[in-house]
Amino acid sequence: MWIRSLMAYRLSFAMTALGNLAVTAFDFAAILLMFSQVDRLGGYSLPEIAFLYGASGTAFGLTDLAMGSMDRLGKRVRDGTLDTLLVRPVPVIAQVAADRFGLHRIGRVVQGALVLTYALVVLDIDWTPLKVLMIPLMLLCGTGIYAAVWVAGAAFQFLAQDAAEVQSAFTYGGNTLLQYPPTVFTKDLVRGVTFILPLAFVNWIPALYVLGRPYPLDLPAWVAFTPPLVAALLLALAGLAWRTGLRSYRSTGS
Amino acid sequence: MRVRTGRFRLYAAVARAGFRRYATYRIATLAGVFTNTVFGLILAYTYIALWDEKPGLGGYDQSQALTFVWLGQGLLTVMSLMGGGFEGELIERIRTGDIAIDLYRPADLQAWWLATDVGRSLFQLLGRGVAPMAVGSLVFDLALPTEPLRWLAFLLAVFLGVVVSFAIRFLVALCAFWLMDGAGVTQIAMLAGVFFSGMLLPLNVFPGALGEFARALPWSALLQVPVDVFLGKHTGVGLLQTYAFQIGWAAALLTAGRLLQAVATRRVVVQGG
Repeated sequence: MWIRSLMAYRLSFAMTALGNLAVTAFDFAAILLMFSQVDRLGGYSLPEIAFLYGASGTAFGLTDLAMGSMDRLGKRVRDGTLDTLLVRPVPVIAQVAADRFGLHRIGRVVQGALVLTYALVVLDIDWTPLKVLMIPLMLLCGTGIYAAVWVAGAAFQFLAQDAAEVQSAFTYGGNTLLQYPPTVFTKDLVRGVTFILPLAFVNWIPALYVLGRPYPLDLPAWVAFTPPLVAALLLALAGLAWRTGLRSYRSTGS
Repeated sequence: MRVRTGRFRLYAAVARAGFRRYATYRIATLAGVFTNTVFGLILAYTYIALWDEKPGLGGYDQSQALTFVWLGQGLLTVMSLMGGGFEGELIERIRTGDIAIDLYRPADLQAWWLATDVGRSLFQLLGRGVAPMAVGSLVFDLALPTEPLRWLAFLLAVFLGVVVSFAIRFLVALCAFWLMDGAGVTQIAMLAGVFFSGMLLPLNVFPGALGEFARALPWSALLQVPVDVFLGKHTGVGLLQTYAFQIGWAAALLTAGRLLQAVATRRVVVQGG
């Protein structure tokens, strides 16, 4: 339905999709500008950073495409329109995610995929079957991990209502963080996003395996294959948080 | 003279209302401060990596570069660089035709919205500017001015930046008279604002001609100029020239807005009903 409504204005759709591509292209432009001044950042070359950027950006874009409307949940809780969704015989989370499904967000996926392709073409990697397999696996699990963060953020909005921006700190902030190599950040921050909020499994850990680089925390090499487990665990936890949040929901009573 | 003070009182009241309106969203403000702080931390580490690689880049030492990051986070909403100012509401009023009521009011359209926006940005400066800056100065070694006069000079540069920012967004909003839908222009203006204000990267770091071009555009008055005043890059006559740059853009853009407003309001056709 939302796709049909978007397609009613084809030109406008094309423009917003392009606009989304441009918006995201700008943060890669910032990285390019940095590399107009230096050859390396945190010991990493431009193609290597493009690889990290593209992997995180594509996964993030896919999640945004699937559930980017989730940040409107707080508004729905505030004005009570969530009630409409509760009485329909479809899971609330599916409805919230599909609400105003924005195909124009495809621009973000395209931009991430373009940067990733550029990196894969330019990088000189010793390809093994495992490394090749790692690329789709990384994108899939990355999407799952971002989705978990999104759902958990939405669950938090049942509680906070007016705090959609806290969610952005973890989603958009996480994406920005993962665009740079882990060597740029302090050990404590890297530990935090590895063990506490395991965003590092979106791209850092699998990508560093593909690049043949050691992970800054002395983790064994097989950790690179754990993203599916991490994604599954996080999704389960996020689902639990969502159900708790939904159960605590009290309508506005209007 | 009587009329003058009456006018002033009116716009002061409008500005106060703008301030109070944003002050009501306490949780949203706290959430925003949290987000600005998280982004500040991430950006700060990337800047450290960049300045480690090339010390003195753009004429800044590392602590000046870090100051740039935190001032950027603090001024982000003050300057409405990512939107969220009055423009969405004005566009909506133009689209629905409510603008006709505004035009009947005994107050000037442009001055009215300017007053609202000044009130809003004053709240954002206190509500969302101070806290991230405080966190930044606790975690990192920032280049904070010790002379009180420089703080005042900085605040004046911020105020002029707010006026330039308003003037740009007023022009953008008026486009809705012709386009009926402001989404496209607003997005383009936002992109240009983020890129050319120095929010992504200080304009001094932009290479060659691109840097010079970027520094001459009005958006540099929003972030690059206030930060440089804060860091003491402009003093004496240089400081006056900097203000003249900001005032020049403000005057030019406000005048353009006024002309466009005159043309646009002639187009207003009120539907009866």
